[in-house]
Amino acid sequence: MRFNLVTRTEETYAVIQTEGYLNGPSGEKLADTAKDLIAEGYTKLVIDLEQTRLINSIGISILIEIIELIHQQEGVVHFCNLTPVIQRTFKIMGLVQHAGIFPNEGAAIANL
Amino acid sequence: MKASVVYHVLREEKVLDQVNREVVLIIPMFPNIELAAAQTAYSLAEMMDFDENDIDEIQLAIIETCINAFEHSKSEDKRVSIKFIMRDNELELKITDSGVGFRLDQAAPASSGDIGLKKRGWGLEIIRNMMDEVNIESSDKGTTITMIKRKVSPIRSEVFVNT
Repeated sequence: MRFNLVTRTEETYAVIQTEGYLNGPSGEKLADTAKDLIAEGYTKLVIDLEQTRLINSIGISILIEIIELIHQQEGVVHFCNLTPVIQRTFKIMGLVQHAGIFPNEGAAIANL
Repeated sequence: MKASVVYHVLREEKVLDQVNREVVLIIPMFPNIELAAAQTAYSLAEMMDFDENDIDEIQLAIIETCINAFEHSKSEDKRVSIKFIMRDNELELKITDSGVGFRLDQAAPASSGDIGLKKRGWGLEIIRNMMDEVNIESSDKGTTITMIKRKVSPIRSEVFVNT
């Protein structure tokens, strides 16, 4: 299944939009993109999952690694546009304690 | 005519007996093939008029069950069998592998990272949260996970966005 990432950088933050199934391999692509952004100095990230309807626990475990990387840089990562099921899975796996969850990109950016 | 309409007409007219309400899918264990199972679940659940959220839950449960089998079953035939049973108000899924089995008390190895979150071993917890009933039978001859989703699920969905 095709998985695409679109990255947009602004002065103080970056937005990564995902499209497609978020599993281990696609999660690694997302993590590599996040690492590149961190290396460029972006420690405030928004990950927009609007175009991702299916996800698995391996993909989410990689999102936890991204959260850890950002926290090591004393940065912040917010997620937005989650389906109710993905949002509930984030809660089950404990991500909501360490990352912001917002209904849309604008709200996520406003709270960086 | 929509598939869901055809399904309900055939059911009402008793054309669909119990046997004909079963779909069996056998998938090999290779990356991303769990999506074929998820897509089949989507088609059947949509035909049965499950709502979108319930369909997402069924799909996630079946994905997690399949990847658990792929990762842990050590099945020699490297196949997973999935039986979908459509009943009036519920969809039952039986997912079977012929691997080495597992013990429930050893099913969730902890691996916490820097922020204290366990990264792996969440599959069964997620499956139990997504489905209304989950039954696991496992031995050294294989594992069958039986899951049921009812059309009117208990209210479990929560919205907890920051604003």
